[in-house]
Amino acid sequence: MSLLDYFRSRKTNTASVAKQRLQILVAHERASRNQPSYLPKMQQELLAVIRKYVHVDEEAISISFEQNGNEETLELNIVFPDEMRAG
Amino acid sequence: MARIIVVTSGKGGVGKTTSSAAISMGLALRGHKTVVIDFDVGLRNLDLIMGCERRVVYDLVNVINGEATLNQALIKDKRCSELFILPASQTRDKDALSIEGVGKILEDLAKDFEYIVCDSPAGIERGATMAMYFADDAIVVTNPEVSSVRDSDRMLGILASKSRRAETAEEPIREYLLLTRYNPERVEQGEMLSVEDVQEILSLQLLGVVPESKAILNASNSGTPVILDTDSDAGQAYSDIVARYLGEDKPQRFIVKEKQGLFKKLFGGK
Ligand SMILES: Nc1ncnc2c1ncn2[C@@H]1O[C@H](COP(=O)(O)OP(=O)(O)OP(=O)(O)O)[C@@H](O)[C@H]1O
Ligand SMILES: [Mg+2]
Repeated sequence: MSLLDYFRSRKTNTASVAKQRLQILVAHERASRNQPSYLPKMQQELLAVIRKYVHVDEEAISISFEQNGNEETLELNIVFPDEMRAG
Repeated sequence: MARIIVVTSGKGGVGKTTSSAAISMGLALRGHKTVVIDFDVGLRNLDLIMGCERRVVYDLVNVINGEATLNQALIKDKRCSELFILPASQTRDKDALSIEGVGKILEDLAKDFEYIVCDSPAGIERGATMAMYFADDAIVVTNPEVSSVRDSDRMLGILASKSRRAETAEEPIREYLLLTRYNPERVEQGEMLSVEDVQEILSLQLLGVVPESKAILNASNSGTPVILDTDSDAGQAYSDIVARYLGEDKPQRFIVKEKQGLFKKLFGGK
């Protein structure tokens, strides 16, 4: 390692931070791009139904939509609160 | 059959017009009859970069509205007889571009030209979507910078869903990455996304890298597409880009720092 590299390595490598942030963001945006437009509304309504029976947070429910060729999968994920699982 | 090439980016000011001017001139210089269309309705600038601003009489919207014929509106380049420019109008009417109108013009041009280069405006408004809609090929102009890369990816999404080829389920638009304003020195210092980084994020075929260059301002000052400045780094980069677009195998250049200064030699390098 040269003297110059030594000084360089002390600075944070902002390009790699940029790359990481972009990879996460782009993956997220690509996934939501292909979603049908009714998805956010459906998520809200499902949440309302579930909340009639179980007390869950807004973040406790997630919906993902995937398209593989002609096959479309809708995945619904609900995380129940701890006390429920215990009981 | 003509090929319609859209030069797009989403984000503004990244180098679309500079690239459209250089690439269209490059194609024409190689003997392909080419027309370059400015889709930036309300903010035309391609005429200035091409150096034909004083010869604009009619524009794209005039032709769409039937106020002028294509032949009246097309400006023949003075340096290359195979190149024509179709300027944008300065109207503020955003709805001036209709899909039927643009489609008809492109159809007419396709009878006469080999390549139709569409210089897209920034954003995702009408002008940009019209420029993209009929494309066969898309050149996605990107700067090595977070917001530009993100916007490029958004444009890829629109190309894949809202273009003619997407709607008719034809062979998809061929998409290429043109990375410009690249500074290898800053990349080496970890301050700028590298060409590999951007390619990995966007997963696009790399058409070429254009370095940050003083030649660009000189070219726009004088209204000369930078590709005509054959001694300049940017001019050569665009020449390579045209060659690669046409299927030639040219190794990538301008992605590593050229010279090693004395300082670097003294302290050692990689
Ligand atoms: N490789 C480069 N090196 C240095 N400057 C550049 C380079 N490419 C473009 N520029 C400069 O960046 C500015 C914007 O370029 P240009 O007008 O081509 O971008 P654009 O994407 O067409 O912008 P808009 O979105 O407004 O249409 C100009 O001042 C131009 O000279
Ligand atoms: Mg422009």
